[in-house]
Amino acid sequence: MFDTLSDRLTSVLQNLRGKGRLSDADIDATAREIRIALLEADVALPVVRTFIAKVKERAKGSEVSQALNPAQQVVKIVNEELVEILGGETRRLNLAKNPPSVIMLAGLQGSGKTTLAGKLARWLVGQGHRPLLVACDLQRPNAVTQLQVVGERAGVAVYAPEPGNGVGDPVDVARRSIDEAKHGQNDVVVVDTAGRLGVDEEMMRQAADIREAVQPDEVLFVVDAMIGQDAVTTAEAFRDGVGFTGVVLTKLDGDARGGAALSVREVTGQPILFASNGEKLEDFDTFHPDRMASRILGMGDVLTLIEQAEQAFDQEQAEAAAAKVASGELTLEDFLEQMLAVRKMGPIGNLLGMLPGAGQMKDALAQVDDKQLDKLQAIIRGMTPAERDNPKMINASRRLRIAKGSGVQVRDVNELVNRFFEARKMMAQMAGRFGFGGPGRVSKTRKGKKGKKGKGRGPTPPKVRGGMPGFPGGLPPMPTGGGGPSLPPGFAGGMNDLPPGFDPSKLKLPKNPKDN
Amino acid sequence: MSSTVILIVVLVVVVLALAVGAGVLVARKRRISLTEAGKSEKPKDKPQGGGYATGSAISLAPGGRTETVEPPVEASPPADVEPATVAEPVEPVEADAELVEVVIEVEPAPEVEAEEIEPPSGRLERLRGRLARSRSTLGQGLLGLLGAGDLDEDSWTEVEDTLLMADLGAATTEEVVTRLRAELSTKGVRTAEQARAVLRSVLVEALRPDMERAVRALPHETAEHGKQPAVVLVAGVNGTGKTTTTGKLARVLVAGGRTVLLGAADTFRAAAAEQLATWAERVGAEVVRGKEGADPAAVAFDAVKRGVEAKVDAVLIDTAGRLHTKTGLMDELGKVKRVVGKLAEIDEVLLVLDATTGQNGLAQARVFGEVVDVTGIVLTKLDGTAKGGIVFQVQRELGVPVKLVGLGEGADDLAPFEPEAFVDALLA
Ligand SMILES: Nc1nc2c(ncn2[C@@H]2O[C@H](COP(=O)(O)OP(=O)(O)OP(=O)(O)O)[C@@H](O)[C@H]2O)c(=O)[nH]1
Ligand SMILES: [Mg+2]
Repeated sequence: MFDTLSDRLTSVLQNLRGKGRLSDADIDATAREIRIALLEADVALPVVRTFIAKVKERAKGSEVSQALNPAQQVVKIVNEELVEILGGETRRLNLAKNPPSVIMLAGLQGSGKTTLAGKLARWLVGQGHRPLLVACDLQRPNAVTQLQVVGERAGVAVYAPEPGNGVGDPVDVARRSIDEAKHGQNDVVVVDTAGRLGVDEEMMRQAADIREAVQPDEVLFVVDAMIGQDAVTTAEAFRDGVGFTGVVLTKLDGDARGGAALSVREVTGQPILFASNGEKLEDFDTFHPDRMASRILGMGDVLTLIEQAEQAFDQEQAEAAAAKVASGELTLEDFLEQMLAVRKMGPIGNLLGMLPGAGQMKDALAQVDDKQLDKLQAIIRGMTPAERDNPKMINASRRLRIAKGSGVQVRDVNELVNRFFEARKMMAQMAGRFGFGGPGRVSKTRKGKKGKKGKGRGPTPPKVRGGMPGFPGGLPPMPTGGGGPSLPPGFAGGMNDLPPGFDPSKLKLPKNPKDN
Repeated sequence: MSSTVILIVVLVVVVLALAVGAGVLVARKRRISLTEAGKSEKPKDKPQGGGYATGSAISLAPGGRTETVEPPVEASPPADVEPATVAEPVEPVEADAELVEVVIEVEPAPEVEAEEIEPPSGRLERLRGRLARSRSTLGQGLLGLLGAGDLDEDSWTEVEDTLLMADLGAATTEEVVTRLRAELSTKGVRTAEQARAVLRSVLVEALRPDMERAVRALPHETAEHGKQPAVVLVAGVNGTGKTTTTGKLARVLVAGGRTVLLGAADTFRAAAAEQLATWAERVGAEVVRGKEGADPAAVAFDAVKRGVEAKVDAVLIDTAGRLHTKTGLMDELGKVKRVVGKLAEIDEVLLVLDATTGQNGLAQARVFGEVVDVTGIVLTKLDGTAKGGIVFQVQRELGVPVKLVGLGEGADDLAPFEPEAFVDALLA
């Protein structure tokens, strides 16, 4: 079993290592893996089919990249294709020239419409509007009350003339709400409707009637990110029964891969406008196609990272540095060079955020900022080339000189040197253990590590029970993962050359080197 | 090589930078097992005499660990429904370290007659009727399985598609197809009809029809305290139908002449308690609720306490929807169970899964199973077009049976889970 597309593709394309280009046979072999990965992500089968056809098409005429191996190439194509479909046409909410604008919400039961109504209202307030929430779910017990509470929390007016619980005509309420809005000088009307099934003709007609009555500028189809294969049937039913102009994905704070996003987008052609990711009113965001694509593939933002890295790094230098890490010969000079490259990619905090699983390093991150890195750089720069190459020669008097030169305390220089030695040793040990290093050193760790790998759980690994210092929640499951977390799936087993077991969290770095 | 190396270097540099620059201690991650906790330590109490379940009505069983006084029965509606007893207000809980004080409001069950209750046979009809909604060409496809002597790949694809589109997942689908291939060849199947029957039986078999599916919602007798109410905890992610299911289950019990108390332990979502109270009123049950934002464990505790005092037959506790990925909320749920456990054994923990849910349903079931030791699954919204095939994996991995299915928003839209009926719907 494989968790992510890249794991799968890697296993299929293992024998193709180094070939660097895709043959038709490769493409066919990968198609099946893409299919399964997408199905596991809940992309609807018919959509999977058309999608794969597209990917095959593109892969066949694909530009050969020297930078990427076959698995990476396929992943890249899949990812780009996903982003394109998901993003296609992004647009802003349509509002009427003559207020009030009307936004109507529709969807299955339990998809999160009422909560969303509150979030949308709050967001609209933030955009300088004066929304009015309208309670047209007169079906579910106390949906009206819920909307009233939500409206109060969002600090907006709620129009709820009927008690609900089966009493009142939602079409009538919707119709009257427009006047109410004009009266109250509300420039946007948000109509919350009852959840309904696509097969419930009576209820679908009611939704169409509401639409007819208020002539909305937007009808938003609210869909739960956890929905499975039914996404297509339901989306079609709502498209045909009510007609919608945009989609909102809810419950993205869970760990569902959210393949439904692709299904709904592809089948109905309507854009996904918002993503809702929490129970609080502010857990609401515009939709990011690239994040969604990575999520469906289970890869965090690793692809973005690859792209940025490709731009910032010098290939040969990086390889040389990797080899040195493995042999424990990494010098401060190498470190400085690579660090400068890394920093070209943006603030270190953002960078770490892009490493899937590094979210758990948040605590650690909070303690590091770019200023500290500046200081680090300054210290290293204060050293002579000889010192950088051989930090061992940095004796007390040299330390004093370096400290003076870079405007820091001697203690800072001491710490840096000591920690660097420790860290370098760790890195080398780990690299040795996991068999990564220079070219030709292929990982032999695949079966070296025992234990079951975790099952695919999407980009946000479910929190492991109980608090864990350091890495609470664990990094995403590893392809071969034994004892623990490791690199993000996207570039662990996924990329041919990476040692599957290479695990930064195994590092036990000295907190205070003076203790030893 | 290439970008992978770059990535390694990025990572190494970042880790080094963290280590050197900030002296951040990167601790070794502890290994945490997601599977072990609570799995083995407690053997599940099997209710006795499950044979009562004929499939025509929801099968109920007494709770409690040991000697059961009442044999499992099937709920059937009495001629007239007695309203539940009128309750006096209960004092806030004291003395429990884990509890915060809350003000609990008890609303008596309404004096009015509850709405007329539909006979159970009607439920099954509905199950069958609604489930067998659409017809597909699967029959023809199966003919192709046998046609021309050998295997017709298109037909296999079609079978596979049917299963995939029912949310069985890629792995389970593959297993079923493999089984089917084997069975078809050993059984020497000749007609599409037979092939269909084989497919059906493979699927039914995969749902383990032998599992005990009685809902442990009937009271049991203990030596010291006499009659003890059954305690049922209802949990699940947001919007799956927990409150509705709680209401419907109460209805089934009340229809069977039982007294029921509902505990509104969803103190989080706006108007959640009101929603449950409305259900209580509708079906003729008492409800115990706390203030919004109150400690759900305290409310649940009070509900059970009140239920024991009032000698009701069952206490059903509705909890707030929570995503299984939210550690804090899952801990809160664990606490609800633990705190209630100080007062009475929880007899049934129902996990409510929405049939529209795809592969994520398994992740949900895993985590909920681990946190509160789920004893039964309720599959809701089977009245829609979704087939709910994720339960194949859920049942197998957790070893927990699906006990009930939700078939609509009405008070009577609850039915027992029957593997055959489910499979028929899936293949329809
Ligand atoms: N069609 C259909 N709708 C259902 C079924 N069960 C529940 N619903 C509807 O689904 C929606 C959500 O149900 P609730 O019972 O409020 O769900 P919940 O799990 O308590 O929700 P939260 O407490 O908000 O997490 C409501 O509109 C219900 O009427 C079912 O079996 N079929
Ligand atoms: Mg609820």
